[in-house]
Amino acid sequence: MKVNVDGLLVYFPYDYIYPEQFLYMMELKRSLDAKGHSVLEMPSGTGKTVSLLSLIVAYLRARPLDLTKLIYCSRTVPELEKVVEELRNLVQYYEKETGESPNILGLALSSRKNLCINSEVLSEREGKSIDNKCYTMTASFMRMRHKKDPAVPVCNFYENFEQSGKEFPLPSDIYSLDDLKEYGKEKGVCPYFLARYSITHANIVIYSYHYLLDPKIADLVSRELSKSSVVVFDEAHNIDSVCIDSMSVVISRRTLDRCSTNIETLNRHIQRIKDTDQQKLKDEYTKMVQGLRESNAARETEMVMSNPVLPDEILQEAIPGNIRTAEHFVNFMKRFNEYLKTRLRVQHVVSETPPSFLKDCATKVCIERKPLRFCAERLRSLLRTLEQADLHDLSALTLIANFATLISTYAKGFVLIIEPFDDRTPTVPNPVMNFSCMDASIAIKPVFDRFQSVIITSGTLSPLDMYPKILDFRPVTMATFSMTLARTCLCPMIVSKGNDQVAMSSKYETREDVAVIRNYGNLLVELACVVPDGMVCFFTSYVYMETIVAAWYEQGIIDQIQKHKLLFIETQDAAETTLALFNYQKACENGRGAVLLSVARGKVSEGIDFDHHLGRAVVMFGIPYVYTQSRILKARLEYLRDQFQIRENDFLTFDAMRHAAQCVGRVIRGKTDYGIMVFADKRFSRADKRGKLPRWIQEYLSDGLCNLSTDEAIHISKKFLRTMAQPFSREDQLGLSLLTLEQLQSEEMQKKMEQKMQYV
Amino acid sequence: MSRSSEDVLLIVGAVRHKKVDGTLYMMRERLAWMQSNKNNFSVSHRYCDIKCQKISPDSKEKVQLQLVMHDGSAKTFQFNNTTGRPAQQHDRDSVKEVLQQLLPKSHQKISGELEEKNRLLKDDPELFQLYKDLVVSQVITAEEFWASKGKKSTNCAKNDKQPIGVSAAFLADIKPQTDGCNGIKYNLTADIIESIFRTYPIVKMKHAEHVPHEMSESSFWTQFFQSHYFHRDRTNMSNKDVFSDCAKKDEEEMKVERAKPMGDLSIDLVQIKDFSLGEGYGLVNEDQKGSSNHTHLTMIRRFNNHSTMVLKACEANKRAATVTTDSVPTSNISTHPGRNRVMNEMGQSSHLEPQTKKQKIQNKLGFEDLDNTESQESVNLKLSKLERYLHGPTPLMATRYNTSEDVLTATQNVSSEVSEWNLDLSQVLGSSVAVGVLGELSPGGSLMQGTSEQQLQQMVSQHLQEEMKQLYNALLELLRHFWNCFPTSSKFLEEKVMRMKSALERFQMVKLLAFKERLQQYHYAINLTGHMDEMLSAAYSKFDNWQIKKLSKKS
Repeated sequence: MKVNVDGLLVYFPYDYIYPEQFLYMMELKRSLDAKGHSVLEMPSGTGKTVSLLSLIVAYLRARPLDLTKLIYCSRTVPELEKVVEELRNLVQYYEKETGESPNILGLALSSRKNLCINSEVLSEREGKSIDNKCYTMTASFMRMRHKKDPAVPVCNFYENFEQSGKEFPLPSDIYSLDDLKEYGKEKGVCPYFLARYSITHANIVIYSYHYLLDPKIADLVSRELSKSSVVVFDEAHNIDSVCIDSMSVVISRRTLDRCSTNIETLNRHIQRIKDTDQQKLKDEYTKMVQGLRESNAARETEMVMSNPVLPDEILQEAIPGNIRTAEHFVNFMKRFNEYLKTRLRVQHVVSETPPSFLKDCATKVCIERKPLRFCAERLRSLLRTLEQADLHDLSALTLIANFATLISTYAKGFVLIIEPFDDRTPTVPNPVMNFSCMDASIAIKPVFDRFQSVIITSGTLSPLDMYPKILDFRPVTMATFSMTLARTCLCPMIVSKGNDQVAMSSKYETREDVAVIRNYGNLLVELACVVPDGMVCFFTSYVYMETIVAAWYEQGIIDQIQKHKLLFIETQDAAETTLALFNYQKACENGRGAVLLSVARGKVSEGIDFDHHLGRAVVMFGIPYVYTQSRILKARLEYLRDQFQIRENDFLTFDAMRHAAQCVGRVIRGKTDYGIMVFADKRFSRADKRGKLPRWIQEYLSDGLCNLSTDEAIHISKKFLRTMAQPFSREDQLGLSLLTLEQLQSEEMQKKMEQKMQYV
Repeated sequence: MSRSSEDVLLIVGAVRHKKVDGTLYMMRERLAWMQSNKNNFSVSHRYCDIKCQKISPDSKEKVQLQLVMHDGSAKTFQFNNTTGRPAQQHDRDSVKEVLQQLLPKSHQKISGELEEKNRLLKDDPELFQLYKDLVVSQVITAEEFWASKGKKSTNCAKNDKQPIGVSAAFLADIKPQTDGCNGIKYNLTADIIESIFRTYPIVKMKHAEHVPHEMSESSFWTQFFQSHYFHRDRTNMSNKDVFSDCAKKDEEEMKVERAKPMGDLSIDLVQIKDFSLGEGYGLVNEDQKGSSNHTHLTMIRRFNNHSTMVLKACEANKRAATVTTDSVPTSNISTHPGRNRVMNEMGQSSHLEPQTKKQKIQNKLGFEDLDNTESQESVNLKLSKLERYLHGPTPLMATRYNTSEDVLTATQNVSSEVSEWNLDLSQVLGSSVAVGVLGELSPGGSLMQGTSEQQLQQMVSQHLQEEMKQLYNALLELLRHFWNCFPTSSKFLEEKVMRMKSALERFQMVKLLAFKERLQQYHYAINLTGHMDEMLSAAYSKFDNWQIKKLSKKS
């Protein structure tokens, strides 16, 4: 249907529309008009992606001068593929309605692992080694060498791309990863580099968060994306963790040892080149003197996105004298590495700020802050000069160099914690140096600064006001949409006690209590009796799940579960869990029914959907708080309190509740789907926890469902499942949760919808 | 005669029936009595015909046994052993006992059959109508009716039988009991053993290897109960144990499974992340830290493995039902039938074509409630011979044979002509002529005479249509029986032809004629029964031909 969204003609590729989709598009349009950022929460399964794409494509077509590009970021490869297919549907719809192709180039970009078509490179299975192998075949000096000596292997696909790929841009169409590969095979060009090249002029780019947030990659891939783009972070509820992860470094004893050997290898290389090719090193030296002027010029004209690891000041300066020559630099790194080694030789936990570390460093080994800041850049230049193809082997040295740059650049927002041993095994010395970012806004700041609109959206973002705080930006709109439902297809409830009235809770004091564990077990067994097909359970952590499963085995609860359903359990091994998931799905498909025990924050809770019969009920055993004893977390909480005035408890609860919501949200994937959501912890019923659940869940969590015993919960579930099993037709939905164009345009409906939305 | 072919279960001498001495034979299927000095049975009853048996009270002088038949008649036998009353009683009791055992069996069979027939008639109203038409009106006998139907129904019933899966909790069903003196008793049933074998082929192998050459059945199972299969939390086992190497093998097998690439990318947790941050980057998450408890981990693995094996056992079951040929347990392969096939399957699916992958994603995406495609539920037409359906049994010479391509091009031509049709104003008809032509072309017009069949449905009342449908059904069934007899290869078939012929005649007289008369009341212009008459006359002429041939052969 063709919808009029606030004066913009939007082609929506379906015949009907959900009211919330329309509202979502309204909000989105508002923030695009204002060229500002926004935070939008809309329940999963209400067609968020299709609304986003429809509106933005319409906007791109209607106002090509105001908005030139959509950068769509998501978490996982399957999610990317889904977005591509949605986009393809939309484009096909345009073709059908207008009779001509909308002339849109959209493509997905992923790592080489998913795009490479060179069979020789693909023989490596690991992502890292594929990247590395590719580098050895496509680096400019390797290709130079190939010209002299054809025995040096190069990648033909890349050669073809270099020769002709840039002259013939990708024809306008939608390309998934597979399409790119096919195109590459057909034309004999490298799909990966073609995609990387094409994203600069494509209308729609679909890739993973990291391409924007991880400074190491963002600098390579996303530097030159147009300023007048809209960036969408989908499934963005964990975006702060991604930011923090991309800026944090962990250094163990092993890293330092490997770094030492790296330095040795480099040294040998330099000696050899010195003997053969003195000129090369001299050229590099002059380049160093000139400084990094070029990139500075680019940044001043706002051609590129700034790199948080490469702050502005560095660009204006020349590289300091004491690391300009290759030998000096290597020696410098060696000294720094030795210093780090001494720091790791501690007996007690050390926690310090970057300035104090730098001060200590200066007094002990006379390394100043200034040269440290140039380490990363200097190393990159050196490796280029040395024509070092095998970067993989030098990862330890690169890590240390990056660390040096980071710690000397940021005086605030980071903390260095040195732990001599793991807390659980105090007798085994295993010193680790955590250089941890505490401020998520650092990594994402360039994105907010550069791009005209940034949309943060997900099914579970509540409480919304937290995100602008921790990411430090000012949104123009923040809105949460609830799910309009013709029938209540979700049944959230809080089970707080067992049949014996013993409170259920995963809180630390009682989590080992046999009665609590048994009550949890009974809840699961009883639910397994009444729920058809698939059931998913989430625990707060792996360790907790393991102890509970062991206890359940002894109490015979496992046997009882197995009487009704097959049992599958997530483990930390990804391959093993994949196999379990595969079999879980099979068991659900063939009618056996299965229970999957899994972990909040684990791999399953992020990115695996349990739609329809794959998940008819989800149980959250306990509140998934993070491990609060961690020093890194404590430091971060402190920082958040001092910088953003966020109370520790608020943040912890927020974090726990977003994960809980994320877990239970896995089970509802649309209005025709239905599922039970059981929150099995007494503490969920407190207002501060309940109030932090997304609005679309809270709405249906009435007071009567907040303090149930196992029996009551089973009773309610039975009734719910019986109602849901009745046939559900379009007529039931029409006019309430499903609108035709006429209904959408009626004034009454417009008014009604206005009330549905909630601004924050 | 039949004595040789049937097992004789019991022979009792000196039994009087109708005051004549003789011998009573009890066979597997029937009971018979032979008069002494004679060579054939004068009394013979199948057990299924016997309703019940009665014996005379002890107070009575004669020791007698009475058989009451289903049709109400009764046969009395007197036991007349010369050695005395106790011997007579003994004889009778032995007969009574054998009968006691045999009667319920045959009854069950009968009632089973009856129930089945009953169910068929209930489920299939058309069949029921046919039954009424043919059997109740005594055109053919019930046996004949079922002889053809029954075979079909039992066949499909057999195919529909669902293989029974393995309960996931079969090990939990073995409830250990203390035997009072510091020991534990496990109760194993055949079902459980079967479940174990099906789920763990390796246990079956071990069982075949060790029992009974090296250990007894019971000691094998004792070891089993001590192994990790039963105690999931046991990690270190003694080496003597039969199952100690199984744990390792299972582990290896699990490893193989894990290494296999998954077909479905959307659940492949290894591939799901686009890339990792790189070694040394990122935070160490406390939750991600490995657990220290090895026992728990092994246990969890075993649970997963157990569920997988149960699932596989069900699948292997299904396949075994369809592929019965490779059940010969000779090679190494057959010991893991499930595993090998699953491997093949995975191998195929891991190379998912981009097309199918796309399709899969599209399926996941679709909002069925947003789309307006209302798919109509329809019954699929199953065609065994597509050609015949498309072209029909048309005689070749009647029309020129058109291939479907010809038809397609023709329709295309017509449609293109229609779309390219231009108004040619110089050659239009006059208005009065045009109206006249239109009139002729409308229903009832002179040009539309051949098309009256279309209205047949409206012309004939619903009631009559129904009736006619029933008539057709019955007639076709009879004709099927009739034509089935040819070629008449046996005496029985010949007899059947005769019978069927008369049945057809009877049908024509009783049913068809009556229907025709009724039709006449309505004064239909068309001959509704013409086709039936034709079919009947075709059958008659076939019969006549056959009879003439037969006669000429004889003479």
